[in-house]
Amino acid sequence: MPVNPDFAGRTFPPSEPYEVSRVKIAEFAQAIGDLSPLCRDRAAAQAAGYPDVIAPPTFAIVITMASSGHAIADDELGLDYSMVVHGEQRFEHARPLHAGDVVVAQTTITDITPRRTMTMLTTRTEITTTGGEHVCTALSTLVERGA
Amino acid sequence: MVKYADVETGTELEPKRYQVTRLDLVKYAGASGDFNPIHTNERIARSVGLPDVIAHGMFTMAEAGRFASEWAGDPGAVVEFGVRFSSPVVVPDDDQGATIVIGGTVEEKLDGNKVVLALVARSNDTKVLTRARAVVVLP
Repeated sequence: MPVNPDFAGRTFPPSEPYEVSRVKIAEFAQAIGDLSPLCRDRAAAQAAGYPDVIAPPTFAIVITMASSGHAIADDELGLDYSMVVHGEQRFEHARPLHAGDVVVAQTTITDITPRRTMTMLTTRTEITTTGGEHVCTALSTLVERGA
Repeated sequence: MVKYADVETGTELEPKRYQVTRLDLVKYAGASGDFNPIHTNERIARSVGLPDVIAHGMFTMAEAGRFASEWAGDPGAVVEFGVRFSSPVVVPDDDQGATIVIGGTVEEKLDGNKVVLALVARSNDTKVLTRARAVVVLP
């Protein structure tokens, strides 16, 4: 089933609030081998001017995927996830995410373009605190390979 | 820590090597919540036409992010970061795993103490990230 082009431009409802925790930041930093004390030690992060430990720059994908994953799993979109590869990714941070942030993510499918046997699908996910402060914009390009 | 005033356009940053084993991919799957089995299960990876298990693209991007943030001395310094995943990092089932070599060049100095790093990541002599740019704020 081809990808439904009518989904281009559709904005999905915001996610449930996600609370950024010190434990999750430390786990993510460990998994990518980032040994910075700013991701682990609250006192070190505060000495560097942050309210609490900060997340590495790609941590926002954890929150982004939970939101965009919900959007692209919509049955009526018709995307075959087993054939999807990640084409491009971009983050624009207003500030780093830090422990204690409570954020919501809202995803828009910005474009759907068939290209030969493939389909390119781009999403834009806005990550905002529950208080309305914009923290990060995540832009993703997914490629559905032809069968 | 690198200072904005000391940075010159065109400066090349010394490349670093990052090892990635199957166990690293299991850890990254758990930490990120991306449980696509092509990153942990060889049978499933091959069944969809891949040569073997491949690393999460986001794992490779995270290593490039580390390269930029370790240079700056602060993971919060990377304010903009974009990459294109040009080729997968194939991770064999042995103790060595795969090697990702990441290097970079100071491409431009911007206002507001920002510099643009052009990054290159290779594995097995193949470019695995292209159009990789990180905008980093320096003191």
